[in-house]
Amino acid sequence: MRKLAWTVTAWAVGIIFVFPVLWMVVTGFKQEQDAASNPPTWLFDPTLDQYRQVFGRHITPYLLNSLMASGFSTLLVLVLATPAAYALSMRPVDKWRDALFFFISTKMLPAVAALLPLYLVIKQLGMLDNVWSMVILYTSMNLPLAVWMMRSFLLEVPREIVEAASVDGAGLGLTIRKVIAPIVSPGIAATALICFIFAWNEFFFAVNLTATRSGTAPIFLVGFISSEGLFLARLCAAATLVSLPVLLAGWLAQNKLVRGLSMGAVK
Amino acid sequence: MTQAIATGAAPSGARAAQQKRAGARDRLVRRLPLLPALIFAIVVTQIPFLVTLYLSTFGWNALRPGERRFVGLDNYAAVLTDARLRAALLNTVVLTASAVLVSLVLGLGLALLLDRRFPGRGVVRTLLITPFLVMPIAAALLWKHAIYNPTYGLINGLLGGHTDWVSNYPMVAVVATLVWQWTPFMMLILLAGLQSQSEEVLEAARVDGAAPRQVFTRMTLPHLRQYLELGALLGSIYLVQTFDAVFTITQGGPGTATTNLPYEIYLTTFRKFEYGEAAAAGVVVVIGTIIVATFALRVISSLFRMEEGR
Repeated sequence: MRKLAWTVTAWAVGIIFVFPVLWMVVTGFKQEQDAASNPPTWLFDPTLDQYRQVFGRHITPYLLNSLMASGFSTLLVLVLATPAAYALSMRPVDKWRDALFFFISTKMLPAVAALLPLYLVIKQLGMLDNVWSMVILYTSMNLPLAVWMMRSFLLEVPREIVEAASVDGAGLGLTIRKVIAPIVSPGIAATALICFIFAWNEFFFAVNLTATRSGTAPIFLVGFISSEGLFLARLCAAATLVSLPVLLAGWLAQNKLVRGLSMGAVK
Repeated sequence: MTQAIATGAAPSGARAAQQKRAGARDRLVRRLPLLPALIFAIVVTQIPFLVTLYLSTFGWNALRPGERRFVGLDNYAAVLTDARLRAALLNTVVLTASAVLVSLVLGLGLALLLDRRFPGRGVVRTLLITPFLVMPIAAALLWKHAIYNPTYGLINGLLGGHTDWVSNYPMVAVVATLVWQWTPFMMLILLAGLQSQSEEVLEAARVDGAAPRQVFTRMTLPHLRQYLELGALLGSIYLVQTFDAVFTITQGGPGTATTNLPYEIYLTTFRKFEYGEAAAAGVVVVIGTIIVATFALRVISSLFRMEEGR
């Protein structure tokens, strides 16, 4: 009996929390007059009109820009963070602790204080409204997180195995490929997904440093900020569409999510 | 004494030097994989701050080109006596603290709920983390238009009435949206904490006759303390930078009721084009952050020692 009450409560709370998301998805399939009705419309004929409208308003380039900025920055983060994490865990450099804390301190400095110089430098270089500027910024945004997270995964590789491999005459390259990589590859995947999530959702730099040519998915939504109720269904369709990749990535990575969010501190 | 040892070691001096060289080479090889990431982080994150520091000493409005002159600390005086900025500072504290605290408390409730086995636990967990994954600006727009709107929003649609939630309760409207997004984050961290408790110790306490409430206040809460601290700390790092929700839901208004520091500096930079003042405000924010971060790093550092102790 107690267990039943517990189950019912937990499910009820879960549904309450997810309800706004459900409402968003559902509203995206409504006609505008159903979306903006009071009292709310629960039964309606689902339509794809809003999605047609959203694609008609050229959301595709925004999605592609987001894919490029998030994808390339994630790749670059992994290329930089994995060796760094190695040098901070398996064969640690002298001041590895200082280096680790330097990385995390860059995460604490507020982006807003760097906005003006970044804007001026990027403008000087003629790189405003350029996806590659976003790639660089998102890389620096996610680098500390990835270093800490990758380090926590590398620490889990049993030292004995690595030593055994080198005793058996395996070189460093072979050891990394055949021994370390298979153990940490789920960790690399989780790190990649989390970096992707943060880059995909980033708004502050995107809204200030991009415009029509390299605007990312969040920028497509800016047009809806002041729009009135006539466009609620279309807004919901667009919001669902841009959130979908991260929802999928997050659900996939959910077992490692807490580790990524806590920079590897919580397993 | 020292001399004697030094002389005694002299014959093997050449070999020591060789070893030292090998050691230096080894150190370099060890350091090599770290360097690209370190250099990248220094160039992209530290240099802009030096530039900010430099710019903050100039009177420079981009709308009046050519009028860029050195003014020393005048911008700081302007910034620190600016009523708008003081309001923004207060709003930042209120917004961050209330969002962190409320989501921490709700997250604790959810984590306790999920710490037990029940049918569909995995599904419920997936449902609960979903709000955190929705793109922040999409979430802010959803709450602004689909939930708070006075004529067709969900709240008035379900409860009746014509309350304009955003205009009447702007700070609450922003904080509620943030709490909805960040509660899952807190829940995940606290759930990990709960599940790292030793089941045997809890069982032993129960056998010894401890009431559930006692087990919770005497054992679970102290165990959770560092997880609560970590959640509060990480939540503050992210939430103090809140921009999307303010930009979308209230545009900092009405008046300056919800203008926080990131939004105020954004306005100074890209609406008023007061580059010098914006840079000075940025430096002030950085100094504030350093003070908070020093405490924060201490917390992380203690977690770190715990990890090593294991």
